[in-house]
Amino acid sequence: MIEASHLTKKFGNFTAVNDISFKVEAGELFALLGPNGAGKSTTIKMLTTLLKPTSGKLKLNDYDVAKQQDLTRKSFGIVFQDPSVDNDLTAYENMQLHAVMYNVPRKETDSRIKELLTLVELWDRRDHLVKTFSGGMKRRLEIARGLLHHPKVLFLDEPTLGLDTQTRNLLWGYVGNLAKEKDMTVLFTTHYLDEAEANANRIAIIDHGKLLVIGTAAELMKQTKTNTLEKAYLDLTGKELRDEEVSPHEVWRSRQRSRNMR
Amino acid sequence: MRIMYYLWLRQIKRYFRSKSRIVGAIGQPLLFLLALGYGLGSVYKAAGQGNYLQFLVPGIMAQTVLFSSMFYGAMIIFDRQFGFLKETIVAPVSRLKIMLGGAIGGATTAVMQGLLVFIISLALGFRPYNWAMASISIIFLSALALSITAFSSGIGSFVQDMQGFQAINQFLVFPLYFLSGALYPLTHVPTWLKIIAEINPISYTVDALRWSMLGTSRFGIIHDCIALAITLIVLIVFGALRFRHIEA
Ligand SMILES: Nc1ncnc2c1ncn2[C@@H]1O[C@H](COP(=O)(O)OP(=O)(O)O)[C@@H](O)[C@H]1O
Ligand SMILES: [Mg+2]
Repeated sequence: MIEASHLTKKFGNFTAVNDISFKVEAGELFALLGPNGAGKSTTIKMLTTLLKPTSGKLKLNDYDVAKQQDLTRKSFGIVFQDPSVDNDLTAYENMQLHAVMYNVPRKETDSRIKELLTLVELWDRRDHLVKTFSGGMKRRLEIARGLLHHPKVLFLDEPTLGLDTQTRNLLWGYVGNLAKEKDMTVLFTTHYLDEAEANANRIAIIDHGKLLVIGTAAELMKQTKTNTLEKAYLDLTGKELRDEEVSPHEVWRSRQRSRNMR
Repeated sequence: MRIMYYLWLRQIKRYFRSKSRIVGAIGQPLLFLLALGYGLGSVYKAAGQGNYLQFLVPGIMAQTVLFSSMFYGAMIIFDRQFGFLKETIVAPVSRLKIMLGGAIGGATTAVMQGLLVFIISLALGFRPYNWAMASISIIFLSALALSITAFSSGIGSFVQDMQGFQAINQFLVFPLYFLSGALYPLTHVPTWLKIIAEINPISYTVDALRWSMLGTSRFGIIHDCIALAITLIVLIVFGALRFRHIEA
């Protein structure tokens, strides 16, 4: 369960997130959809205690994110947009350190690591140093790691950027199952319309720090009297997601990722 | 405890996997030992001070541990740049455990570097006056190492880049080192230098090392131990307080 009310974040006098409110129910898959720079990552950073909101309230699993940081941290898992693995450890060691930090029962640690590394097709490479991995492999490792402690809430910030279609499908299948089985809440960001449409129960469209609309894909289409999510998006934001202006840095980064796909 | 053990282990593994770090951190002390030990040895002897290499080795061991421990702070900055820091600071682990686990790991590797220099010194002709006493120096090296890794974690948690970190090294740590009694005896130096040396924790570490390895002490071992203990406590508190506000 995630609840944000009147969430605002200013960097100096630039407002990155502007008075956003939304609620995600337990077990729901929820997408934050919007172009680069919309404020998606900033929202996730506030929800995960990495950034302090300028104003507004956040609740996660009924914990007050600002006041009950430790309880909040215990209950979520996160896959960051940018890399966050230790390159000088092996894949297995990265997983193991995470398991220890999140108090995963010792008896289960090995079997969970094996299951997850197998899922992301890295089990054969478990004893290799992560610095020898491609960008796509690191991404898969981070996803496996984020799921290791069976969090009640999972944040995925552009999780599939740079992954091939097959791995994407595997990932969404597994996340979907886990959400169902464990009643896990998933909030993910993406700037792929099809990904939001296929995997999210509800979608929130966000642009320039403002939340424009929330609803199921069908509701968004109905509201805009369009028959595809793409057209609905165009109608709501006045531009297409694909030919938005993208900062050179973002272009470079996503090129790096896709080059390193596997 | 288990968490701190794994964070400690992470530092140890990274240390043994980085051959260049081991070799690199040996290069500088070796240069000092050769250039100063042999270069100034005869002058020192002519001045009636005895064997300079004997005098120098405890100072160079302190130097090695000091700078290896400072390097630990740089590793925190690398962790930030490569993103791993985010993983540790969103984890439901107290900042104190993260800070101490890593700092003890960094201190362990720094002491190993110091012992490596000790072995090299033996090959160059250094002899402790009493082996049982010399083994006590591990305690002093550990106290220095942990003080400085705690200090450098504090620095690493608010200095954002390597330039800023290097500035602290240049303007604080190098002067403290050169103005301690590590390289020259404090008996014949001007008063201002003596005063600086007497409020400088590095001087006391070096003095304690000379006490255990050479059997000579300037300040007295009791004073050395008190100074080392105070330094350790103050710097751990400093490190823990700064680290609490660390941001990825
Ligand atoms: N630490 C920061 N300081 C200043 N501006 C920032 C900072 N982090 C993000 N921003 C700005 O906030 C806006 C939203 O960024 P972000 O949340 O990363 O967007 P998204 O994830 O939707 O692509 C961008 O314009 C970005 O440049
Ligand atoms: Mg982002």
